[in-house]
Amino acid sequence: MSVAGATGIFDSVQRSSAMAASARRRRMRLLPYVLLAPSLLFLGLFTYLPVARVVVESLYDKPHGTGAATSFVGLGNYARVLTDPAFHQAALNNLIYAVGVLVPTLVLALAFALAVQRSTRLSAVLRTVFFFPSLVPLVAAASLFFFIFLPGVGLLDYYLARLGLRGPNWLGDSDVALWSIIGLTVWKNAGYYMLFYIAGLQNVPRDTVEAAMIDGANSWQRLRFVILPALAPTTAFVTVIALIQLLTSVDHVIVLTRGGPSNATNLLLYYIFQSAHENFEYGKAAAATLISVAILLAISFGSLRIMERGARGNG
Amino acid sequence: MIRVRKHLSVALLAALLSAVAFLWATPFLWTLVASFRPESAGSADMASLLPDLHPTLENFRNALESGTFGIYYVNTIIVVTGVLAVQCVTVSLAGYAFARLRFPGRDFLFYAFLLQLMLVPPALIVPNLRTVVDLGLYDTLPGVMAPYFASAFGTFLMRQTFLALPRDFEEAAAIDGAPWWAIIWYVLLPMAKPGLVAFAIVSITAHWNEFLWPLMVINSPGNQTLTIGLASFAMGAEGGKEWGVLAAGTLLVMAPLAVAFVAFQRRFVDSFVFSGVKG
Repeated sequence: MSVAGATGIFDSVQRSSAMAASARRRRMRLLPYVLLAPSLLFLGLFTYLPVARVVVESLYDKPHGTGAATSFVGLGNYARVLTDPAFHQAALNNLIYAVGVLVPTLVLALAFALAVQRSTRLSAVLRTVFFFPSLVPLVAAASLFFFIFLPGVGLLDYYLARLGLRGPNWLGDSDVALWSIIGLTVWKNAGYYMLFYIAGLQNVPRDTVEAAMIDGANSWQRLRFVILPALAPTTAFVTVIALIQLLTSVDHVIVLTRGGPSNATNLLLYYIFQSAHENFEYGKAAAATLISVAILLAISFGSLRIMERGARGNG
Repeated sequence: MIRVRKHLSVALLAALLSAVAFLWATPFLWTLVASFRPESAGSADMASLLPDLHPTLENFRNALESGTFGIYYVNTIIVVTGVLAVQCVTVSLAGYAFARLRFPGRDFLFYAFLLQLMLVPPALIVPNLRTVVDLGLYDTLPGVMAPYFASAFGTFLMRQTFLALPRDFEEAAAIDGAPWWAIIWYVLLPMAKPGLVAFAIVSITAHWNEFLWPLMVINSPGNQTLTIGLASFAMGAEGGKEWGVLAAGTLLVMAPLAVAFVAFQRRFVDSFVFSGVKG
């Protein structure tokens, strides 16, 4: 440094390189935002803006096809949605659907994972069989189940008849239809969540399981007191992504039942879809969208809290 | 005695497992069998899982003729590759920024990205349709693609992938005077390939299978994707008895992903686990 300071040339070289460096630093300061800009543009357009849009649109009403002007109705749309029996039905159905799918899906996913976790050739085949349904479009699954649920000649009734049984009208009976949809969804999703349990099982400490074995714990006790607690983070994670998924996919309802019979399989997103796409009641659809956005955020933040606490609890 | 009981229970478990697996595979077995079954077999035994002795390709021909499957395939491929191509750019850049750069507002922006994992596009179909109309993209394939161009999940995946890479190479490149884009393109991305492949598999599967959003955006038959074509096909089949044709159509929609899955099974499974665990 002292040598550089003594000679003028050295000094100016250093100064100009310092200027270049500061220009470069300025550019580098902007760089992160430049890199994030493309993502933020599309997130802005299709994630943030739509939330703002539904907030505004839910406050207005524009009767479709009457040519009447858009009018401010305040919370009128919310009142209409919240007093709409079809919405109540959809919300209740969605709750039954979510719980009815989630519980058997988690149990089956774990059972499948336990069954196929060892890497034998049979396990590899079984893993493929269980996973495969989650790879096909929900629409394709629905169109297969169209035939499976077909009264009389369908796959289910055909083989039930061979056993001397008579099935109900799987999609036509309003007491049964939702459960048929639930069955389809369990079949479709269990293998997907199995993958997470397989991954989770690999992280279960082997010596704890062995210690429990030496202490004479039988396989049920090992599962209940060692493996299940160790899998708690996996279960929490799967529960959250499953719940979000169960609130935001209705392809099978659209293909199989259109929410019927008499709203028995109407789910929240289908209610929104129907309000907007078939009845052109945008204000109502916007209000219902905002309600479901609130539910999604509540699930996510609630679970984040729980998962954080769980992580801290595990040390 | 204990030995025998243990053997017995293992055998029982294996039998039970095989039974469940068979049950799980039944819908697909039926699809395979029914799609090759000749029409003349009659509809009473349509549900039989026993293959017909005289398999026919008739159902596939009918399916291909009754729907414009060729156009559906092309449209679906355009949507899937278009989404993936743009995503690769957006998630690589954003992933790099979050993994390697320190800047004011980073945590806030990270949470802002996170929001997309909760407010998934299907929940926002109604307002997004309005935005697509405003942008003049209604009834176009770019309209179907646009909401997916930014991906929080992909950004996190790439961030995790970049974080796991050693910094030595990029530091060496930086000392040699390489600009940031050259560092990303020539140094980081080649090493981050496993992450990109995992993301690509998840993205392709998701958009190949997607239904509700394209259903809302697309109006004219020439712009429809496979899932929409299949759905109108299935809903139209209700009256008729063309179950073999419907099975063939369903098979045609599932086939590309199914073949890819069988060919790259490990990759698929790893990608989906990766997507869940690290996403």
